[in-house]
Amino acid sequence: MPLIDSGKLVDDAWVRLGDDDALPAADVPVIVSLARFHKDRASLVGRNGGLGIFLASSQHPKDIADHLADFALVALDFPKFRDGRGFTIARELREHLGYRGIIRAVGHTLPDQYLALVRCGVTQVEIPEGRDPALWAHALAEISTAYQVSVAGPLSMARLARHKKTEHAA
Amino acid sequence: MSPTAAARQIDPPANGLSSHAGIYHYDQVDRDFLKERVEQFRRQVARRLAGELTEDEFKPLRLMNGLYLQLHAYMLRIAVPYGILTSRQVRQFGRIARQYDKGFGHFTTRQNLQFNWIKLVDVPAILDLLAEVDMHAIQTSGNCIRNVTSDQFAGVASDEVVDPRHYAEVLRQWSTLHPEFSFLPRKFKIAITGSSADRAAICIHDVGLIAKRGADGTVGFEVYVGGGLGRTPFIAKKLRDFLPEDELIAYLEAVLRVYNAYGRRDNIYKARIKILVHELGIDAFRDEVEAEFARMPVAQYRLEPAILDGIRTRFASQPYEALEPISGILARARLEDQAFNRWVRTNVAVHRQPGYAIATITLKPAGGIPGDVSADQMDVIADLADRYSFGEIRVTHEQNLVLAHVRQDDLPALWKALADIGFGEANSGLITDIIACPGLDYCALANARSIPLAQRISERFADLDRQHDIGELKIKISGCINACGHHHVGHIGILGVDKKGVEAYQLTLGGSAAEAGAIGDILGPALSADETLDAIDAVVGVYLDQRQDGERFLDTLARIGHTPFKDKVYAAH
Repeated sequence: MPLIDSGKLVDDAWVRLGDDDALPAADVPVIVSLARFHKDRASLVGRNGGLGIFLASSQHPKDIADHLADFALVALDFPKFRDGRGFTIARELREHLGYRGIIRAVGHTLPDQYLALVRCGVTQVEIPEGRDPALWAHALAEISTAYQVSVAGPLSMARLARHKKTEHAA
Repeated sequence: MSPTAAARQIDPPANGLSSHAGIYHYDQVDRDFLKERVEQFRRQVARRLAGELTEDEFKPLRLMNGLYLQLHAYMLRIAVPYGILTSRQVRQFGRIARQYDKGFGHFTTRQNLQFNWIKLVDVPAILDLLAEVDMHAIQTSGNCIRNVTSDQFAGVASDEVVDPRHYAEVLRQWSTLHPEFSFLPRKFKIAITGSSADRAAICIHDVGLIAKRGADGTVGFEVYVGGGLGRTPFIAKKLRDFLPEDELIAYLEAVLRVYNAYGRRDNIYKARIKILVHELGIDAFRDEVEAEFARMPVAQYRLEPAILDGIRTRFASQPYEALEPISGILARARLEDQAFNRWVRTNVAVHRQPGYAIATITLKPAGGIPGDVSADQMDVIADLADRYSFGEIRVTHEQNLVLAHVRQDDLPALWKALADIGFGEANSGLITDIIACPGLDYCALANARSIPLAQRISERFADLDRQHDIGELKIKISGCINACGHHHVGHIGILGVDKKGVEAYQLTLGGSAAEAGAIGDILGPALSADETLDAIDAVVGVYLDQRQDGERFLDTLARIGHTPFKDKVYAAH
């Protein structure tokens, strides 16, 4: 799947590993399910290539909270673009759990959701084959006003407070 | 006479008329945002028309911009933030109605305005016209935080403790394109009031807020959650008794996060927060919210007093004249004209400024369609607002309009002008002040027509003597179980059902959307439209026979129970 990072098409070095797939060479970064992680933790952690975890939209960040230091990447699944749980999961990883690695949205998302994903802390998005990546690049710049706090900024209610120093009384 | 105080006037428009209207006046940030948002939707429409977006993908995008596909055409629902408009905005509605619809618009129970005959290709142009007057259709639909609703008497009611408009505006900005809460399990409606009398029906909203003052005078909120109608109606439950003002946003974020994480997504009919609250129980739900709240960097979300002060500066204030509290002109007119006197009794409320009054314009003429206003009527109402109410018009959840700052001296002239356009009916809160959803005339979900039934009821009870004798009695009609016409909380509720391919109506009695709130009880088997009319007559007859000194319909019903009503209605069956 094509991969978008910061609005640009980038190469994807990561390999999604099935639960029964053999481990590739140690320098190939892999993304595994939570079940596989718990089963093979000893052989997965500390590989040179880096470890990523796949979180279904029904799984909870607290399921991985104790192991976050092991993961260079968290892949959040969007089974349907209407399933917005990933937005809350991403924000929670950043805001409550202080996670600083890559958060990747996989599955079905729309370019129209890209800016919101980024604002909730998502760094990469897998996009469907055959779609024009320019739509994603464009989406980042489409709306420049953010009224509310988000983990990617603004980090305060500054926008809501914009009137406070202005005197409008006639 | 001179104004009582230096009234705040903001960004006087070219026509110089609407600058004292008590709305939040946009600044450049709001206008820039809106421009970008219109452009974004213009491109989304273009992508859909070019086949780059499937209808499945386009649907939530257009819904988030208030665009529905109905039975015969697209419907565009325009946001009226907490129901307050300027005359200029109402004139623009008239222009759009003439140019792009069939010459009328429809005010809804969500204090919004709908155009029912819109073409997809015209929508970007309509949004441009709306943006000219600082309006839009953002979040009037879709699984997001919807347009916030409030008390139509906000800021002027004599029983008001806290003006809810400033908090409603904070909520409007905070919820606008919220990155985390735009793909919720289902829609999310917030209502806020600041009075002891609840005119905003907060008990039937996903979140209901009552702004109040603590013992030391500081503002806080009583927070309710999980109210809603639809096929599983619930009255909202209390979540917090006194949420401090500065924690409002943080706490609502916590509520929404719990909902977004745990709300059901497997069944559209079980996806509202009311089901989550019901299944978890209010105590367990509260524990989840408080746990999330405790983890949040609350300082980042703090609603500082300075933010509210700033928002307040964007609300114009009204240059009221210093008037005698009792108007001699009004008193004389009431004595001389019984019809006018009757209108004052039902449609005029006490204003907190001496010598002023709040006038409700019921959009329910005998035989009319509840909430419908023609472009010509819009123009007249806008003119009347300029002449008598500082260019401000409000929409109520009962599908009526309000002029909130009328000099008592001007009431006779205002009433005559309203009567000239067919809106002088003295029926606010009476049996013909009916709420009705669009029903099968427009809506793809409906089982039965609502509008023709509302029209027939209002014809049947058109006699004003009889209406005033009956007194307060609220009829609410929904064309299907989604309950857009709030039938569950009607004193008499009417639900359209499909009885083996035939339209039929099920009656409920005893619902209420006022303070405590109550869901009505089903009276009996569904009836035809003709039988429904007779049944309402029978219910009213039992009430008139049985009522005791000063009892309203609901009081008599509470005292004697459903059985006498049921017996009478189904006697012939």
